[in-house]
Amino acid sequence: MSEPLLELRGIERHYGHDETLVRALDGVDLRVEPGEFLAIMGPSGSGKSTAMNIIGCLDRPTAGNYLFNGVEVATLNRDQRALLRRHYLGFVFQGYNLLPRTTSLENVELPLIYKGMRKAERVARARQALARVGLEGREDHTPSQLSGGQQQRVAIARALAGEPMVMLADEPTGNLDTKRSVEIMNLMQDLNRESGLTIVMVTHEEDMAAYASRLVVFTDGRVVRDEKMHEGAL
Amino acid sequence: MLWETIRLALTAIIRNALRSFLTVLGVVIGVAAVIAMVTVGQGSSEQVSANVESLGTNVLVVRSGARMMGPGSRDTAPPFKLSDADALEDLSSLSAVAPVVSTAATAVFGNNNRTTSITGTTSPYLEIGGWTIALGRSFTPAEDRSGANLCIIGETVRTTLFGATDPTGEKIRIKSISCEVIGVLKSKGAGSFGQDQDDLVLMPVRTVQRRLMGSQDVSSISLQVARTASVERATSDIEALMRERRRIAIGEDDDFSVFDMAELSSMLNSVNSVLTGLLSSVAAVSLLVGGIGIMNIMLVSVTERTREIGIRLSVGAQAHQVLMQFLVEAVVLSVLGGIIGILFGLGLAYVAAQIMVIPFSPSLNVIALAFGFSAVVGMVFGYFPARRAARLDPIDALHYQ
Repeated sequence: MSEPLLELRGIERHYGHDETLVRALDGVDLRVEPGEFLAIMGPSGSGKSTAMNIIGCLDRPTAGNYLFNGVEVATLNRDQRALLRRHYLGFVFQGYNLLPRTTSLENVELPLIYKGMRKAERVARARQALARVGLEGREDHTPSQLSGGQQQRVAIARALAGEPMVMLADEPTGNLDTKRSVEIMNLMQDLNRESGLTIVMVTHEEDMAAYASRLVVFTDGRVVRDEKMHEGAL
Repeated sequence: MLWETIRLALTAIIRNALRSFLTVLGVVIGVAAVIAMVTVGQGSSEQVSANVESLGTNVLVVRSGARMMGPGSRDTAPPFKLSDADALEDLSSLSAVAPVVSTAATAVFGNNNRTTSITGTTSPYLEIGGWTIALGRSFTPAEDRSGANLCIIGETVRTTLFGATDPTGEKIRIKSISCEVIGVLKSKGAGSFGQDQDDLVLMPVRTVQRRLMGSQDVSSISLQVARTASVERATSDIEALMRERRRIAIGEDDDFSVFDMAELSSMLNSVNSVLTGLLSSVAAVSLLVGGIGIMNIMLVSVTERTREIGIRLSVGAQAHQVLMQFLVEAVVLSVLGGIIGILFGLGLAYVAAQIMVIPFSPSLNVIALAFGFSAVVGMVFGYFPARRAARLDPIDALHYQ
């Protein structure tokens, strides 16, 4: 068994206190190894988004340990977590979350700016990432000039550009029709298989979860199912 | 990274060009007002200094009547006569003495006429007043003492009465007398109060006394202090001589007064700087209001761009970088406003200088100050919104609709 890339041990996340206390996560244990493509499913309020925020270092657990590549994240402060996101994580959101009135190229450059990369190198890397997601020739388009599927590809390129260890995708196909969703999932599967990129994806569609190599199901803040999936489970 | 942040700020400003412009309008107006006020103020005080030099250096004027009393006090003080001017000529501390009789009358030539000020005096008046002859000649010493019907006219009078033609040798009519134009004075332009200094006619003192005033009185005596003497010594010499001639007992107050033109100019200048300061502080208040405008818009901007902040935080921006971004944006915005305001203010001051006929003298200090102040306005009023942006929770910011 290889070293886990992400390891959650007894993670709890509570909101409110006393009578209004909500246990969004109630003792989650999860190990993700490098190269895995993990799909997290579960009904609304099951804690899958909360788990995603904690994995993405956007939020801190109330209790428990979260080791990222062997480093304890629970005790890091805001700025340290920002550095972790900057250097090791890439995000893809349901609503794409691109900067409006900003070209694809500039959107993809954004994380590289914070990495302190020089302009020429940034542009080269951003072009490369856009080419990887099949958006060559759309570098100067702004989000409003692109379809939903294309916008999500820009978002994926943005997540890739920084060469992260993990890509976190929160309902990446939630706003797309079936045809575009399949295209996006094929792209993510390619990235996982060809480049060995570790992906953690939250979805509520079983069809999309089927592209992953492992399925984790949350209910009431706990992991209730965790199984490897076989290829072609479609 | 800083350059990157500034470039980013410029991009954000250009993307919202109209809103950005409206945001900085307050700063533009504030800075423009300050620059215009101070530049015009300096121009006019330079003009005052130039005027004092054009009045002649080391010039004293003696008038009948005590200085601090109202106009009524002159009734009891006997007016000066030509003999007083003659007596003053003997003082070694004075280099030139000119009696002055002033009145106003209409000068007529052909169909043209102009109501102007008539000054009866002698040729030293030109030297004392810093006048030079542009055309023709001055009075000869013999003419000074005679009641000859001669006159020297100012540039404004020449233009009005004669247009482009040469006036020397022509006769103009002033009240009942006809007098020959022997010279034209070189133009001095507008005076300290914006009055036209070239609107005058000079005539021999006796001519004005006899033919226009019908009296032997002299309104005032203009004096130039000799190079070898100080203004203080000349003043005390004049006072001693006049007290003796007017038989003022020891312990009694003077019934005449000696004015120092330099003193007058410094008084004018201080009035000027008080006014400039007052107007500038009003302008500074508008700069403050402009700053509050910037804060307002930046706060709205933070709310509007919450998602953008969330995106930046998610790709690894640290709180201080978001703070920097918004702060730089506010500073760039207000500095741009400052630059526009400076140009606008200088333009305004230039136009005002042309209209008021004063020198256009922009001060580098004031420009630098206005520039620095607008940057500070951006920093102070940009800080609060920027801090608010930096403190946003990344999750909340990302899900903000």
